[in-house]
Amino acid sequence: MTAAMLAFAVPFRSPTLVDGGVLAQYAWLIPLVPLVLMFAIVFFGKRLPYRGWELAEASMLFVAIYGVALFVMNANEGITHEGSIEIARIGSYTIEWGWVVDGLSIMMYAVVGVVGLAVFTYAKGYMKGDPRYTWFFAAFTLFAGAMLVLVSSANMIQLLVGWELVGVASYLLIGHYWEDHANNAAAIKAFLTNKIADVGLVIGVIIVGVTVGSFRFGDILSAVFEGDSALAQVAFWAGLAIFIGAMGKSAQFPFHVWLPDAMAGPTPVSSLMHAATMVTAGVYLLGRMFPFYQSDLFAADVKTWIIIIGSITLFAMGLIALVQDDLKRVLAYSTVSQLGYMTVAMGAGAYTAGLFHLFTHAFFKGLLFLCAGSVIHAVHSNNMSDMGGLRKAMPWTYRTFLAGSLALAGIFPLAGFWSKDEILASISYDAGHGGGAIASVVLWIAIAGAFVTAFYMARAVYLTFFGEYQGQAHPHESPRVMTYPMIGLAGLSIVGGFANIPGLFTGFTEWLAARPSWELLDLHHAESLNFAVAAIGLGVALAGIAAGTRLWRRDAATQRERDRFRVPVLYPVLEHKYFIDDLYRVALTNPIKGPVARFIDWTNTYVIDAVVNAFGAVAKGLARVVYGGFDQRGIDLAVNAVAGGTNEAGEMLRRTTTGRVQQYAGALFGGAVLLVVGLLIFT
Amino acid sequence: MLVSQFLVLAALLFSIGVYGVLVRRNAVLVLLSIELMLTAVSINLVAFGAHLQDTLLSGQVFALFVITIAAAEVGIGLAIVVMIFRNRSSVNLDELDLMRW
Repeated sequence: MTAAMLAFAVPFRSPTLVDGGVLAQYAWLIPLVPLVLMFAIVFFGKRLPYRGWELAEASMLFVAIYGVALFVMNANEGITHEGSIEIARIGSYTIEWGWVVDGLSIMMYAVVGVVGLAVFTYAKGYMKGDPRYTWFFAAFTLFAGAMLVLVSSANMIQLLVGWELVGVASYLLIGHYWEDHANNAAAIKAFLTNKIADVGLVIGVIIVGVTVGSFRFGDILSAVFEGDSALAQVAFWAGLAIFIGAMGKSAQFPFHVWLPDAMAGPTPVSSLMHAATMVTAGVYLLGRMFPFYQSDLFAADVKTWIIIIGSITLFAMGLIALVQDDLKRVLAYSTVSQLGYMTVAMGAGAYTAGLFHLFTHAFFKGLLFLCAGSVIHAVHSNNMSDMGGLRKAMPWTYRTFLAGSLALAGIFPLAGFWSKDEILASISYDAGHGGGAIASVVLWIAIAGAFVTAFYMARAVYLTFFGEYQGQAHPHESPRVMTYPMIGLAGLSIVGGFANIPGLFTGFTEWLAARPSWELLDLHHAESLNFAVAAIGLGVALAGIAAGTRLWRRDAATQRERDRFRVPVLYPVLEHKYFIDDLYRVALTNPIKGPVARFIDWTNTYVIDAVVNAFGAVAKGLARVVYGGFDQRGIDLAVNAVAGGTNEAGEMLRRTTTGRVQQYAGALFGGAVLLVVGLLIFT
Repeated sequence: MLVSQFLVLAALLFSIGVYGVLVRRNAVLVLLSIELMLTAVSINLVAFGAHLQDTLLSGQVFALFVITIAAAEVGIGLAIVVMIFRNRSSVNLDELDLMRW
């Protein structure tokens, strides 16, 4: 590789930054509007002509327009704006509601808004006839709103609030079809897996916040830039803890188990979850805290862990996608694998590359899920063994799915090619600049991952759309309310990559970098296209497609036979997902459900209950004594005495009421005389 | 004339009034005795008014008020007595002791 090919890490060109004006000042509306409309849907949704859908759609339309407006404005001049309102003050810490408007959050607003708009429109068709239609859109709006709370937050406390709200909304949506117990279990699994990882995030937030004395990202990052020595001391553990939180939400190994099971939810939920909300949160957080992980004084040691975890995830989970029969699960493992790419990029110091992949992935993965939903809608089954030959029956679904698959596989010039190439180039740069042997290995793993990606997507396309139809239903193209969003997202999947063409147009790099004082960092971004890496990446992707074609296409009559062929040893391992779920069941779930639960039950019955019962018995005895001795003999006696005395006195005094007016007058005069005499004596 | 002479007269009249109120059985006479007491008070007021040479004549004016009120009072009182007599054919106060325990 020549030096001309690798012109990385040129001094960062800081764009002119502006405050953003009114549009940025009112950016707090972006998370607030979906949250408010969510309540409106809950309370009034059922009475509206479209049963709440219109409110959900309106909120997404608002976010999309606002986000795109900010995006365009940010493209002209870099915006950086931060506002906050103090909510409470606890000791020296303030709890704030803040909104940050900079390149990173604007990108997320636009992605959530645009993908959300497409998915919400699509969901109108997909969810038609659902018994909990209105409730679905309420939870869906909450899901998007929670993500916007998360990405707009200017401080870690609000980030945690958004983080947990996303978890709650995902729980509600994954378990939407709760009549089936498996779906409930999937929802609980997603929630608990995230919760375990969230412990890491909470610990990290507490360490960082207490050390810096503020939970604001701005303050934390300026402490990083100033080289705060107190923060530097705890940086490794704090960074690791925060990364564990990010691993949970972004489904990194070994917390990835929840995401494939989350396919139990309705397909629009999967689409939004995998594209714009939820799983991108972890990558977003790594982007938000990027200088913290990049400064050598701070959590730079965590980077190695980030790269290793990311590369394990991207390769191992991609392989599982090869053996899945459930179309949505293929896509789910694909998402886990692509999130691995993003994580590797963040670990390798490739800020732009990681977030660029998040950006393009949002479009094509959102699209692929919408197409999968369209297919599932038509054949009433999730399994590819019930599909096949749908190319003719569902032409638009086929075309858009193909566009999404090619973009995901990284075929020139679709979106995935540019972002994946950027990641590969960044890792290769990192391998030459301090990343060392690990980065070199990871580069080859990432290239192998690109092959696997193309391979499993080829399989999915051929098994779904080619060959003979295997199912019982009568597949037909979905209604326009579903195909139009797919076509729109397909367009973005095709052109989305042009936002950042190394050497020609580096718009995305500059849009994202709208943050002051980041020029201090060694932000890797390609100044020109790295042709060697691009060629290898494209080559392995084409090889993957070729291999997939050879296996599953060449002979349509035997494609099913081939898919049923099981490679010994490897296949069972992949089919059982490396036995990770089984390991968790044996090592964690069963002990907790068995001995631990029994022990706690025993403790509850014989220890806690005993204490409670003892207290109860003592209290009862005491009460008896108090009742007999004090209440009955003491208080009642006094009360009766007072009553009796009053009665006697009344009995005596009533005799004075004789009814004789003159006696009264006599008493009156006598009293007057007494008063006068008293007055005379005592004065 | 000394003011004390008027005071003695008023005191005597008042005492007679008190005696009448406390002792007489006949309701009409009790009312008359109350009038006597009011008259005594009026004498006191006029005597002190004259004695103190009050330019506003408040004593005398007050006496007029007392006379007015006395007239009203005795009017109501006699009306009550008439009603009692019609109902019970008696104005003996000793028999009018319904308001007792």
